[in-house]
Amino acid sequence: MKYTILVNEGPYQHQAADSAIQFVRAALEKGHEIFRVFFYHDGVNNGTRLTVPPADDRLIQKAWTELAEKHGLDLVICIAAAQRRGIMDADEAKRQGLDANNIAPGFRISGLGQLVEGGIQADRLVVFGD
Amino acid sequence: MSMLHIVNKSPFERVAFASCLAHANAGDSILMIEDAVVGAVDGSSFSDKVKAAMSDKTVYVLGADLAARGLEGKAMEGIVSVDYAGFVDLTANNDTTQSWL
Repeated sequence: MKYTILVNEGPYQHQAADSAIQFVRAALEKGHEIFRVFFYHDGVNNGTRLTVPPADDRLIQKAWTELAEKHGLDLVICIAAAQRRGIMDADEAKRQGLDANNIAPGFRISGLGQLVEGGIQADRLVVFGD
Repeated sequence: MSMLHIVNKSPFERVAFASCLAHANAGDSILMIEDAVVGAVDGSSFSDKVKAAMSDKTVYVLGADLAARGLEGKAMEGIVSVDYAGFVDLTANNDTTQSWL
């Protein structure tokens, strides 16, 4: 079965990002396809490579990047939500005249149309948030 | 057309769980995850509502989230404990899912 996952909550905020990762892992283990993971609202904060949690804490951002690298996941960050929260890729940083970017490997920034397409293309849309 | 209702907030914190129970149809499935798992425990002001829902709906709890809150083995009789694989199966076996955020 084909899944699109929507993550509306940032990492370390509550539990939704952790739940989403565990769900994606379990779905992949069962042989399902993850068509796309879309990060919206505070969920865009899952995609900054500058997170440095304490050494004994879980690395949520890195877990997404590793999942993307291992399974070829399409991790999409909403551009409007990202710009409000300072999540930038190199192109956007340049376009906005900013001196840095912080998007994590495996993520890409795009528009809300990607969520709509994900909902249409997938058999199931599962939402995690606060 | 069966629906999986996913609730993730305690019924003592938000009204989402109560709204879910008020809207779910007979034959639907309800899954408690994250803080919603406290709704699985008997003897609370909310437990009668969950028991009433179990008359025509199947109620599930994510076992890992129940255990993480020290409530393992304290779910009401009739509530089905699932792991993440079981969570995935519930989304696949129902026609659609609704997260009560």
